[in-house]
Amino acid sequence: MLLEMAAGGFGDRVAVGSLDDGLTVKQIFDHSGKAAKRFRDANVENVAMIDITSPALPICLFGASWAGLPFVPLNYRLANQELDVLLERISPSIALMQPETQERISDGSNIKTVNRDDLLASTDSEEMPTDWSMDGEDTAILLFTSGTTGEPKAAVLRQRHLVSYILGSVEFMSASEEEAALISVPPYHIAGIAATLSNLYAGRRVVQLPEFDAKKWIELVRSESITSAMVVPTMLSRIVDHLLSEGTDSEGLPTLRAISYGGGKMPQPTIEAALELLPDTNFVNAYGLTETSSTVALLGPDEHREAFASSDEEVRKRISSVGKPLPSIEVSIRDENGSELPQGEPGEIWVRGEQVSGEYKGVELTLTEDGWFPTNDGGWLDGEGYLFVTGRIDDVIVKGGQNISPGEIEEILLRHPSVSDAAAIGVPDQQWGEKIVAAVVIHTDLEVDQEELKTSVKNVLRSNRTPDEVVFLDELPYNETGKLLRRVLKEDLIKMGDGSTV
Amino acid sequence: MALLKAGGRWSSSVCDTEVIVVKGPENDVSLTCGGVEMVEAGGDPVSGELDDSGDGTQLGKRYVDEEDTIEVLCTKPGSGSLGVDGKMLELKDAKPLPASD
Repeated sequence: MLLEMAAGGFGDRVAVGSLDDGLTVKQIFDHSGKAAKRFRDANVENVAMIDITSPALPICLFGASWAGLPFVPLNYRLANQELDVLLERISPSIALMQPETQERISDGSNIKTVNRDDLLASTDSEEMPTDWSMDGEDTAILLFTSGTTGEPKAAVLRQRHLVSYILGSVEFMSASEEEAALISVPPYHIAGIAATLSNLYAGRRVVQLPEFDAKKWIELVRSESITSAMVVPTMLSRIVDHLLSEGTDSEGLPTLRAISYGGGKMPQPTIEAALELLPDTNFVNAYGLTETSSTVALLGPDEHREAFASSDEEVRKRISSVGKPLPSIEVSIRDENGSELPQGEPGEIWVRGEQVSGEYKGVELTLTEDGWFPTNDGGWLDGEGYLFVTGRIDDVIVKGGQNISPGEIEEILLRHPSVSDAAAIGVPDQQWGEKIVAAVVIHTDLEVDQEELKTSVKNVLRSNRTPDEVVFLDELPYNETGKLLRRVLKEDLIKMGDGSTV
Repeated sequence: MALLKAGGRWSSSVCDTEVIVVKGPENDVSLTCGGVEMVEAGGDPVSGELDDSGDGTQLGKRYVDEEDTIEVLCTKPGSGSLGVDGKMLELKDAKPLPASD
């Protein structure tokens, strides 16, 4: 439906790629129709994608929807065996993959495949199916969540969730013709899917960067006159570093009007450096989850500037909030029993709205009877309704019966000029149940000792928040979309605590 | 008369217009296009004469009633104008959110 509207409204605009050789909306529409026929003829239950982002992504996504089949983008970086397991779970399927990927699949012969060239080939003679599948209950997307604990769960997003998200957050053809968005998040990340849909619906050209690299990203912004981009925090911090390394000769990023960021906690020094470096760029912080069809809360450009410039501590603090809920979304902070907490009290973030799915394949629906989804994220609302996210509830450190959110400790450590990255982790302890271990990465050439860092936390937070130990590491473990792998780090720290030296 | 549920798709009986319901009222209403009852997408059109004296519908635009109980989005434009229970729907002013993805 969304693609059909776009093709009817601005079919000649370039949807994906460069202005001179990109694919127009109408071309995406035609290719998707042919892909739909191919998918239907394959007699499968799912359309998978095990590939980097490319113009084949929208074709696969819309083709699957057209055919009424779920689109299942898989993480192409998974180990061969992990891919086998996931493919088994979605069998029978047809998968978009390149020949070199196919060799990695043990059951490769049993899976129907298409490659990028197949989907992009112009086969004018082929018939287009005229009937769109239009059922709002159709599963549009199955997304395997990163599974930080146990086996990955497959989040189910139905057509009605995605359509509600787009209609609730984007205005049709609201982008002018010269606008272009740079997408550098992979297809198996909800932000990669959401960006593909919302930019198409807004009529904004998309330029894809398959594997993020700060230098390439900056070059593309300049060569393609990019006007907006979505990044995860680690990307922004590398972009900032790279721009700084260009020194005073840097030509900056003059075309870039807007950067949105999300997908993890943004260190305050990074966003402040970015605001300073790119004074003409609007910053938007978006908070959302796979299970909520992407964004549910936004901190807009004006709010960024206001917070950045304010001398009022309350207002200034909002730069580390995720802003206010979308008009179509309700947010409520609940305690462990699901009772609503008074404003200002920290608890679990619950959200409700048409775009919220909260459904996993083969698992009982996690929505409450009245439609609320417990996110498993901790947070609180300030007096003006700004939402602050403190992190996954599972990551909370329980020391001597007190719940301590790692986020507040990390924020303070990151403000120290010598610290480039930091994580606070609860490590089992006989006396306290858990003790706080701060894993810290120091900028090259700079030095700091344990006590100084402990004191910096003690000066700001209550004394039970002071790290019991500080461990210096060369780097912290992240997955490729910039999510800190706390579980891995915790295991490493436990091993180190077993008597081995750091 | 029918209940307009969010996500429901309706087509005009007398022109090309198609809409999707973004927000529906709690009670049954009569949704018309070009003065004739609209039907659920895929249903048989009812007979009637097109009144094309209005501005018609524009692709991608939202239409609302005065009381703000109904909002529909035009997914296919046509020459008939939308109405509910005899009153014309109005074009909604768009206040786009900043792009988040």
